[in-house]
Amino acid sequence: MSDTDSNKPETTRSEQSSARATRRSFIKGVIASGVAVSAVGYVVYERSARRSAAGAVERLITLNVNGRDRRVDVAPHETLAQTVRYKLGLTGTKLSCDRAECGACTVMLDGVTAYSCSTLTHSVRNRKIVTIEGIASPNGGLHKVQQAMIDELGPQCGFCTPGQVVAAVALLNNNPKPTLDEVRRGMSGNLCKCGAYDHYLKAVMRASQEA
Amino acid sequence: MATSRTQQNKLIGKDFLVPDVEAKVTGRAKYVEDFRMDGMVFCKTLTSPIPHAKIRSIDTSDAMKMPGVLGILTADDVPQFPPPAPGILAKDETFYVGEPILAIAADTEENAVAAIEAVKVDFQQLPHVVDPLESLFPGGPNARQGGNVAAGQIKLQTVKWEGVDFAAAGESKLPLGRPAEEWTYGDVDAGFKKAKVIVEENFVSATYSHNCMETRSTFAYWQGGKCFLYGSNQSHTAAIANVSRYIGIKPNQLVFIAEFCGGGFGSKIPGYPNMAIAALMSKKINRPVMHRISRYEEYGIGSARPGFQGYIKMGFAPNGRITAADLYIVQESGPMPTAGDFRAAGACMSLVYQPEAMRFRTVPVLTNTVPVGAQRGPGENQFVSVVEPMIDKAARQLNIDRFDIRILNAPDSSSKFGPDQGPVTSAFMKEALAKLRTLVNWDELKKKSGQKNGTKVTGIGIGQGYHSAGTNGFDGLVRITPDGKLHVHTGVGNLGTHSWASTARVAPDLLNVSWDNVVIERGDTRRGLPFNSPQAGSLTASTESRTMYAAAMDMKDKLTDIAAKMLGGKPEDYELGDEKVVRKGGGKSITYQQAAQKAIELGGKYSGKELPDELNPITKNAVAMIAGSGLIAAAKDKLPRVGTTPGLTCNVAELEIDTETGVVEIKQCMSVVDVGTVLFPLGLGHQIASGQVQGIGMARLERHLYDPKLGIPAAVGFHEGKVPTYLDIPPNMTWQAVEKPDPQHPLGIKGVGEPAMGSGASCITSAIADALGGHLFNRTPVSTDMIVNYLSGRPPAHKPLQVNTV
Repeated sequence: MSDTDSNKPETTRSEQSSARATRRSFIKGVIASGVAVSAVGYVVYERSARRSAAGAVERLITLNVNGRDRRVDVAPHETLAQTVRYKLGLTGTKLSCDRAECGACTVMLDGVTAYSCSTLTHSVRNRKIVTIEGIASPNGGLHKVQQAMIDELGPQCGFCTPGQVVAAVALLNNNPKPTLDEVRRGMSGNLCKCGAYDHYLKAVMRASQEA
Repeated sequence: MATSRTQQNKLIGKDFLVPDVEAKVTGRAKYVEDFRMDGMVFCKTLTSPIPHAKIRSIDTSDAMKMPGVLGILTADDVPQFPPPAPGILAKDETFYVGEPILAIAADTEENAVAAIEAVKVDFQQLPHVVDPLESLFPGGPNARQGGNVAAGQIKLQTVKWEGVDFAAAGESKLPLGRPAEEWTYGDVDAGFKKAKVIVEENFVSATYSHNCMETRSTFAYWQGGKCFLYGSNQSHTAAIANVSRYIGIKPNQLVFIAEFCGGGFGSKIPGYPNMAIAALMSKKINRPVMHRISRYEEYGIGSARPGFQGYIKMGFAPNGRITAADLYIVQESGPMPTAGDFRAAGACMSLVYQPEAMRFRTVPVLTNTVPVGAQRGPGENQFVSVVEPMIDKAARQLNIDRFDIRILNAPDSSSKFGPDQGPVTSAFMKEALAKLRTLVNWDELKKKSGQKNGTKVTGIGIGQGYHSAGTNGFDGLVRITPDGKLHVHTGVGNLGTHSWASTARVAPDLLNVSWDNVVIERGDTRRGLPFNSPQAGSLTASTESRTMYAAAMDMKDKLTDIAAKMLGGKPEDYELGDEKVVRKGGGKSITYQQAAQKAIELGGKYSGKELPDELNPITKNAVAMIAGSGLIAAAKDKLPRVGTTPGLTCNVAELEIDTETGVVEIKQCMSVVDVGTVLFPLGLGHQIASGQVQGIGMARLERHLYDPKLGIPAAVGFHEGKVPTYLDIPPNMTWQAVEKPDPQHPLGIKGVGEPAMGSGASCITSAIADALGGHLFNRTPVSTDMIVNYLSGRPPAHKPLQVNTV
């Protein structure tokens, strides 16, 4: 288990929490601030709480998140959004609709955007996962999309912003010089109820013009 | 007043990097659900599955035996408010699908849900209603056992219209039965008599959800007799009184953390009942409690813009002047009296169109739909969206230019409005419209109206928007510490409009402090936050900037006082230099650091140990936290302001309708705003553009949907609720400001948030009507289906006053 990079603020020092843990127990990680995270048992949809039988498949798996291998105990029905938010402490990924409609939970899987609220964590064991926390360079330097979103005043309330940033970075990785219409289409899986689209678009176009 | 400023303008009116944006783009901004605490547990609520029911009994015995369960909260455990006011948990009667009835806490959220599922409730179903007219029909169902009409000053009562009202109206007209409220000014009958053209229409605007991206989750714990509450709230200190009331504690027992708010749009202004659940559960079980709200739950408790069923008659003189208006609004009010949109619609008619005489009648009808409340431009925006195409209709019939007719009727600074015909502080709408006409090159643009290009036809629309946009009477608080930093304490909240930051620039601007030396204290009441304006009603930019002005003037007085004490002479011998107080005409000076140090020695009013009595208790409490730490200025804004301060906007839209598919493609939108002095151009532009986007949602897409027979909601998510996406917006949006300062504001500033959406919505409805040769749908949203039916000669799929249409 690789957990050597503990200098980033969001680092979770994963405890070797054990196959012993029952699904009702708290799997605790200690984030750098020393605040314990209660980790399991979040609900995806109400009225459909899954009551897996004791002894059902629950495994300590390895996930590659933001370039690092992370060991984490994952329930079979757990979504990637739950895992990164509640077990790895990466709360930049937001949950808003929790059903693949809004994009607030957008992450990259092998460079392709995905709704982490509707991705089972067990299905991405061999993928490279990048969350909003992995967008800036390791030394903290902002990605050009992030800088452009500051300069163009992209966000309003900011809740959808991490998803917008991840979607924009994936778009520009794939298509460095998009047209405005390509950006609109590429970003259209990310909703913003504030209606900040115009400023987000300006920011992405600005970023695309940076070297 | 505007002339009393002597300092050179350094920050006001300039763009800057908003300090919290980096946290937003990196994911470091922490919203309620991102907080954690050791020992934190979860709670979930049982909500009503049926629209109207009596709760006969609740059996929680099995639920309480479920694994991990830690406690339960029922209506008996929470403060009660007299019906029909909204409650925290339903007691005997439930009024809508999704209404919280009880809450259970458990070690995990899954266990809490499992326990909720084990609760047995014996409901007795009651008659329900989702269409206001059905409730007004003789013998029609009431949304509450106590009645079917209530709002603000209108007490809960039962109103049934006469059968003859309905018979006379038929299916296509609003029956004009007995109103619950009515006002008139001028001679309406005489006004109609002298009119050359009468426009008389019935209309519907759909109810639709606020759909905040961040649901209203709450996290709470107790320590030292105080409740620490992490809430998603668009206002901050203005909400303290209400949040405390819901929890049943004194305001000074609440520590309220609200640094970021993931969307509010009016639904999170003064706190909301749901906030009390985590707080009271935490108190009961003595554990930190996280109450996550799912998207589905948010649909129930997350508020909605109330819909209208309306009737309007307007008389126009040959030159286009509106001689009389008669407006009747039936409001779909949800089950509680929580929205005053109907009143605002009446006031909007009288202000924006200045009819020489007007009658307003209304009845706000309770329905078993989700509770409603203010949403960006509450009342005004529904109204202008349906009425702007009617103004075009009159212009067409009178053969008058569409800009001319609007400019003729637009308000100016001498205009009166509303039932009391009260004054405005300033209105430059005629100038705004004239400027917009130039900006869009109207004489050329209007030639495109109705032009065909293959299967597509072009429509050009004009829209207007209004909301009151500034008030006064709040407390400013600024502090200079011995390190020379200017601490700007702001309690306005962080809705996402960036106005907390732009208004915080007023004090350093007036006190000659560099922006780098400013520390903004906000987001957590432990930082000492004064009683400030709600972040709502387009208020913040105008209201908080004058509040800051008051605090800065108090600080200036104290700085010159201290300089005189330290260097001799009188305070008036001194003036402010760059972060120092200097003797006029040159000579000795003291730095702000020295002044702050001296203030601590002097104590009393200089260090916050003595305060003016007129300050709000919340401000006094805030100052007590920081007293003795520097030179403190806390002052109430007592600068005069007489009348309503209107924010006014106008937009033009160009769009194409595909006559085969009904698809609407918006090509460009342009806006001119009357907001007085521009405080923060980039932020203002953002408000205008986002208002246009939300306006497109209202004009074209968003609506509630209920099964009329079962009362079950069907538009419970973003997809079903049809929130606008990147693909719905025009590629080109531009704006300008009139830039005429409001004379009753020390800096001339007025707000803009809400009107920008009203004009954004109404320019679209106007443009659609224009593309279709003046056809009026008299309904929002104008769906593609409606357009296709019209273009293919089919009748509409709904009756004119029907609600819950797809």
